[in-house]
Amino acid sequence: MSSILVIEQILNGLQFGVMLFLMAAGLTLIFGVMGLINLAHGSLYMIGAFAAAAVAGATGSFFLALVAALVAAAVAGAIVEMVVIRRLYNAAHLDQVLATFALILIFSEGTRWVFGSFPLFLDIPNALSGPVTLPGGIQYPLYRLTLIAIGLAVALGLWLLIERTRIGIQIRAGENDREMIGALGVDISKLYTLVFALGAALAGLAGALVGAIQSVQVGMGEPVLILAFVVIVIGGIGSIRGAFIGALLVGLTDTLGGVFLPEIFKLFMDSGAAQKSGSALASMSIYLLMGMVLIWRPTGLFGARA
Amino acid sequence: MRKFLFATVAAALCATTAASEVKIGMITTLSGGGAGLGIDVRDGFMLAIAQSGRDDIEVVIEDDQRKPDVAVQLSDKMVQSERVDIMTGIIWSNLAMAVVPSVVGQGVFYLSPNAGPSQLAGQGCHENYFNVAWQNDNLHEAAGAYANSVGYENSFIMAPNYPAGQDALTGYKRLYTGALSGEVFTQLGQTDYAAEIAQIRASGADSVFFFLPGGMGISFLKQYADSGVDIPVIGPAFSFDQGILQAVGDAALGVVNTSQWNKDIDNPTNAAFVETFQAEYGRLPSLYASQGFDTANLLISALEVADPSDGDAFRDALRAAEFDSTRGDFSFGPNHHPIQTIYAREVIKEGDVYTNKIIGVALENHADAYAAACKM
Repeated sequence: MSSILVIEQILNGLQFGVMLFLMAAGLTLIFGVMGLINLAHGSLYMIGAFAAAAVAGATGSFFLALVAALVAAAVAGAIVEMVVIRRLYNAAHLDQVLATFALILIFSEGTRWVFGSFPLFLDIPNALSGPVTLPGGIQYPLYRLTLIAIGLAVALGLWLLIERTRIGIQIRAGENDREMIGALGVDISKLYTLVFALGAALAGLAGALVGAIQSVQVGMGEPVLILAFVVIVIGGIGSIRGAFIGALLVGLTDTLGGVFLPEIFKLFMDSGAAQKSGSALASMSIYLLMGMVLIWRPTGLFGARA
Repeated sequence: MRKFLFATVAAALCATTAASEVKIGMITTLSGGGAGLGIDVRDGFMLAIAQSGRDDIEVVIEDDQRKPDVAVQLSDKMVQSERVDIMTGIIWSNLAMAVVPSVVGQGVFYLSPNAGPSQLAGQGCHENYFNVAWQNDNLHEAAGAYANSVGYENSFIMAPNYPAGQDALTGYKRLYTGALSGEVFTQLGQTDYAAEIAQIRASGADSVFFFLPGGMGISFLKQYADSGVDIPVIGPAFSFDQGILQAVGDAALGVVNTSQWNKDIDNPTNAAFVETFQAEYGRLPSLYASQGFDTANLLISALEVADPSDGDAFRDALRAAEFDSTRGDFSFGPNHHPIQTIYAREVIKEGDVYTNKIIGVALENHADAYAAACKM
């Protein structure tokens, strides 16, 4: 096991982590500000990817595809908030889960109806394709480096937005006391729509960026959604900083666990059995991580104290 | 109102009297991530039924959503209340294992257009169960044989950690004679293969064998092409079927894969199938579509000879397999699984469409490894 391989795997874990952050940030914002469990967040990720694939296919421009993904997911998010979600703020969490689960089915079959059952094509733009050589002779795909950069830039932008702008102050105030900021004259329903659209846009962006190296197909959002929930539970529900740290932890644990656990098992059992049991344990590793974090801090790393 | 009621009753009566004599239940995956496969099987199957011109065959189609519990409910309904004579359609081996044993145990015939788990080919074989596609290991065995024939000596092999994935690696190793530079189980449904690709790069392999059906294969091939690793890749046809090649694009060009069917197999049945399928549905058929088409034609050929109510005669008619297969010669082994030639294909681009071309035979008249364990 060379150091090159280790560094490459750490980069892979980082890249996976920052993409998870884009999903988890929206989810945790929506939960923190509105107290809403949004299972349909994965559908917004899928909408972003499909919009990007459709626009890239029609225009050939990856940049336009990204813009389309942002716009389509934000618009879908805003519409969903105004038509469905708005009725659920005072409902029990179980009602929210039921309604947003219905949204998953509607979005999935609606997408199939429009785009068909076969996966769509979305590729990396030529300018970003192929590997680059990093210092130390590591060959690493340029596109994945770009994803890390975009993810970090979005994280920085979100932090500035929340900490340094008027909207950010309103969002934080909404988390703490929604009646009070309503009484202070902030249009709370407009704020909610805005936050929901922002969360949706981030999910759509993640879908489009990741869609270029994965398959754009119906149902692509749900596996990511589960991981995003793990991330926000680890990070502490409602905390953007927690989502960021949690996403990186999950990304690194998942990637490094998948590679190194079978290697460790090989030290004391034969190769085939080590592969099977090592990868079985690796697929559990993030849930073990979540369990340990929750034992240590029941509200997550950066969660509000209960 | 009364008149309307009468008309409805009359229509209902007509429907029962003119009811078809043979009822077929098809359970397949028509929604969710794996829907492309089920839709191809259904379309191929229904094309053959339509072309037969027989109006005494009724096909009841239901969507299993790729969930074993849903498939079991549907099959109970079909066997007990719809009273179907023959069932078919299941794509996934775990669903087949949940449904097939109970269906054939109740005296219904089951013709598998896709799933071929080893259990049903060996000890769990049944006189009413016929597999028209392949036993699960077959295409992987062919990939191993192909690797030998082109002189690969150090393969890196990879599949998801679930029964069919484990069978895939077992199948490859059964005939492959070289060494292994790595053996990796990925997670089922995994979408990111950066970690595995880094291992491949570091492994010093001369070839990569992978079994990653559906979206997993699309993700892997795109990421592999972008990684700059240029070790040749081989795999079974499942990651290179007509439905997903367009989503993989250039990343798949030149990759060798193994299949029992391709659109350029030279026989009149196949030529007519490819042409009429394209005319009917506006897309090229995949191997799944060819399997659905062959399943229906086998069924029709048996119906010409015997009625399903006469179980023994109908079973003999199925066993004889007197139909024109898109694969050319077709016959069943003693455990009702095909004995067939498996080809090596290469991904090419025809105009704007990505498709496959046969480049050689990987295994001639190949039977599965479990037939000996089947006591029928």
